[in-house]
Amino acid sequence: MAAGLLGPDPGQELTQALGLAALQLLIATLCMTPMQRWTGWVGWVRIRRMLGLCAFFYACLHVLSFLQFMVGWQDLWATFTTRPYIIAGSVAFLVLIPLSLTSTRGMMRRLGPNWKRLHRLAYLSVVAAWVHFVWQARSDIGEMLVYGLLIAVLLWFRWRWNGWRGLLPLTASNSRANSDRVG
Amino acid sequence: MLIPRRPSWTISHSEVTPERVFLNRRKFMAGLALGTAGLCAPLGLSAAFRPADLKELEYTPAPAFSTDEDKTPFEDVVRYNNFYEFGTAKDDPARYAHEMSVDPWSVQVDGECDRPGTYALEDLLKPHALEERVYRLRCVEAWSMVIPWIGVPLADMLKRFEPNSRAKYVYFETLHDPDQMRGQRSLFSTVDWPYREGLRMDEAMNELSFFTVGLYGKTLPNQNGAPFRLVVPWKYGFKSIKSIVRIRFQEEQPATTWEMIAPQEYGFYANVNPEVDHPRWSQKRERRLPSGLLSPNWVETQKFNGYGEQVAHLYKGMDLRQNY
Repeated sequence: MAAGLLGPDPGQELTQALGLAALQLLIATLCMTPMQRWTGWVGWVRIRRMLGLCAFFYACLHVLSFLQFMVGWQDLWATFTTRPYIIAGSVAFLVLIPLSLTSTRGMMRRLGPNWKRLHRLAYLSVVAAWVHFVWQARSDIGEMLVYGLLIAVLLWFRWRWNGWRGLLPLTASNSRANSDRVG
Repeated sequence: MLIPRRPSWTISHSEVTPERVFLNRRKFMAGLALGTAGLCAPLGLSAAFRPADLKELEYTPAPAFSTDEDKTPFEDVVRYNNFYEFGTAKDDPARYAHEMSVDPWSVQVDGECDRPGTYALEDLLKPHALEERVYRLRCVEAWSMVIPWIGVPLADMLKRFEPNSRAKYVYFETLHDPDQMRGQRSLFSTVDWPYREGLRMDEAMNELSFFTVGLYGKTLPNQNGAPFRLVVPWKYGFKSIKSIVRIRFQEEQPATTWEMIAPQEYGFYANVNPEVDHPRWSQKRERRLPSGLLSPNWVETQKFNGYGEQVAHLYKGMDLRQNY
């Protein structure tokens, strides 16, 4: 059945589809804050956590699918140390782990302003995921450019609101504490 | 006690599956699987591609050049293709290759040979008897197929153009026609069309190099390189150039498409070699298609794709890590 729908190489198709879904969900997550700013409706930011966790869930499935169907759990060390696009993908995935673990209300409260600083790692993740994606292009980069443009616009908003510090994770908050809270 | 106490494991009669239903279940599941496969198969095959349009060919099998490994099913060979002229997704060629017209077709032959000219495909084929060879096809992306090709030894074909002593290499080009090939209209492609390939003369004249006009007993589907293509089974698939319109004999090594795009990743020789990894893919193993999700069909990759006996001598004294 799977062979019928996904073609003769279903592992490859599945891995690609899951990875693309994770990237799209990450981008959607980054859309929530600007949407709240424009529409004034707080609901956008309420679903942000759910979208982010969905992105992490798809990223997990993507990694497992890659290891199971593309690598077959062989030569893992070489896979993760010698192929630059895999390293970029690993960065994108690894930084999502602390973000998912600290996504609860309790952790938000406990971390206070540090929560926001930590969660700016999402920007690093989406950029690394995009690099991971582009690095695999064999010849046609049209689709990648569309995603790249979206990411650039979304990061540009953060830059305009909060300057460079609004983009860099783990740095101290700037003086414009108010805008930092919603960025 | 009026109410009998039944042990906790007891199940009521209404829960017992009748024997007839129990026995039928296997049959039912098998039927369901077949029916689903039947529904899905046409979804996988593009509506644009009709196998009925292919013509039957007359040929004789060439067992000496064949393998008895399981063949990749026809429907997979024709729906899973790299042919960037029609798009970069594996199913793009099956969906769009019908936009190319392959009849009539002619090929321009020039360079270092005594019989240059423009030849119609029928005239090229007339003096030759077609044979069938079952070859392994190994893609650089680490998947592989086993395909029954029909064609003519490339050496027999090239000799008719009488290459001269200056012909050290033979160069091939695929059709360049953005009107018929939508991938060539893409604004973001990094391919400098037309698609180009080349072989050293001794490689082209090797008994394995195949001038191919069909597969599975019929003419080539467009997505597989109609009306004729090369098949060079000891090299990665991209060397087996499709839909050829130009053949040129020359003294210098030609620039080839994948080498032009990423010379650090793709070399001129592109011999299948598990000892030399591609920067993106390990080449030690391959997925022999069809490969299921639950039954992955991993195969150890062989040097020269298993054709070392016939071709290893061509590369004697060469460092295949340098000349990848």
